[in-house]
Amino acid sequence: MTAPLQHVAPAERARSTSFNEASARTRLDLLLDAGSLVEFIGPEQREVSPHLEIFDLPEQFDDGIVVGHGRLGGAPVFVAAQEGRFMGGAFGEVHGAKLTGLLRAAREIGSIPVLILFDTGGVRLQEANAGELAIAEIMRAVMEARSAGVKVIGLIGGRSGCYGGGGLIAGCCSALAVSEAGRVAVSGPEVIETNRGVEEFDSRDRALVWRTMGGKHRRLLGAADVFADDTVQDFREAARELIGLIGPFGLDRLRAEQGRLADRLRRFGACQDAVDIWTVEGVADAETVPELPADQFIALASRIGRSSRDAR
Amino acid sequence: MTLDDILASLFPDGHEVRNDNGVLAGAATLRSGGRILVIGVADRTALGVDEAIRLSAHVLKSIDRGSGPILVLVDSDSQRMSKRDEMLGLNEFLAHLAKVLIHADMHGRPTIGLLYGHSAAGALLATGLATRVLVGLPGASPAVMDLPSMAKVTKLSMTALEEKAKSTPVFAPGLSNLEQMGAVHMTWSDSTSLADQLETLLADMPAARDRRDALGKERGGRPKAADIAERVRDLALQTR
Repeated sequence: MTAPLQHVAPAERARSTSFNEASARTRLDLLLDAGSLVEFIGPEQREVSPHLEIFDLPEQFDDGIVVGHGRLGGAPVFVAAQEGRFMGGAFGEVHGAKLTGLLRAAREIGSIPVLILFDTGGVRLQEANAGELAIAEIMRAVMEARSAGVKVIGLIGGRSGCYGGGGLIAGCCSALAVSEAGRVAVSGPEVIETNRGVEEFDSRDRALVWRTMGGKHRRLLGAADVFADDTVQDFREAARELIGLIGPFGLDRLRAEQGRLADRLRRFGACQDAVDIWTVEGVADAETVPELPADQFIALASRIGRSSRDAR
Repeated sequence: MTLDDILASLFPDGHEVRNDNGVLAGAATLRSGGRILVIGVADRTALGVDEAIRLSAHVLKSIDRGSGPILVLVDSDSQRMSKRDEMLGLNEFLAHLAKVLIHADMHGRPTIGLLYGHSAAGALLATGLATRVLVGLPGASPAVMDLPSMAKVTKLSMTALEEKAKSTPVFAPGLSNLEQMGAVHMTWSDSTSLADQLETLLADMPAARDRRDALGKERGGRPKAADIAERVRDLALQTR
């Protein structure tokens, strides 16, 4: 018996759509069960940033983030997707408050997981104080939700990566899935170079950026538990896998994380480059890791990659 | 006020707070007789992986064995900007420190941040902004980003930015701007006993619920955050 066409077509589209290149709305449309997304405070409500006009900058009617509710494999999920093409997906007052409100509801309900599709350079500088505080509120809300039993999963594969305070929120999530393009860091390459000089970090050396901050390195370090190929379908499958794997949060997780991170410093603290870390981890020909196709990399990572499961 | 002045004024009965290359860790006796755990970053030190792991270790050890509130003293640089720190996953180390502080606060160890010097960006998120009540001291100079760097990013002149900074607290550095946002709950006086002010706060700690967005609304610094968060929450709860 063939499946009805309307169920086949979205999966085909999801398989052939680059997560990296898609908009926030397209990512959600194809990640969730077809037609299941219900947005909260959508663009029709025109809840724009109250601060951008000070700088004569264009506003966006959704302030660069879509938050809502949908279904994944039939089960309810809350979702938030940042639009990296609007001001680099940066956190402003309205943008951040939408995610905070979503997480607060998730905490009260307790059983519905939250998927955060990060795509952000961090704080929106034109409203830096409001953005920084929004990130602090989101971190608190993530931890309160997790403490109430909510699974909070970060999906990282957008063009703006996951930088600044976005990287700290990602560090608070129950689990992460990353693609190769899913760079995660606090200071961006240009920020390090501006403050410390090109000898410290050459932001134009793209290979350096990717092997220091990119998804492959984060997967091998154990910062992310799943590596996804760059299609929306791969991220959909990663999200479903992670929802099945995550256990309850508690103090034992924080103790385990302390051990995991302290162990990382002991093992790799003297390494000069990510390639050295991969070599210490036992990757033969570590310098070829950046060129490995996704399927070969996933096989390698499942053999020697570390895990943060039960330790974050 | 210097760090030594601050510690002496906070804890006239003595303290065991050590400053090891800018990383503060120890404990002190409150005037009420109870104990308070103290951690922090001093001397405008950058918060990197090596510093963060020691601070989180100190708090975790205390969660196992101790009781009482936790004080986080802050005079830091921003996060350490280096290839090594980012390669080793600085975002995880800073998040871990914040998580440990938030967990402690939610489980009977109320946290207070005391911003007495500088701080910025990721360092502020992992320390002062991860506490329940963030207090400022006069002269503190937090900055999410300094105006010259902001001028570069926004392509506006320093003069134009300084002019805008007068009319809006939302982007400009400074303690009073963060107070208007709701990030800094109150500013203490440096001319009266800090011990008195600490005891007053501890005797009347606000509930653990995060009310910073409501504070920002009351103070006019963040007109929309509290309402937007509340509306999304209500809509999301209706999906049950």
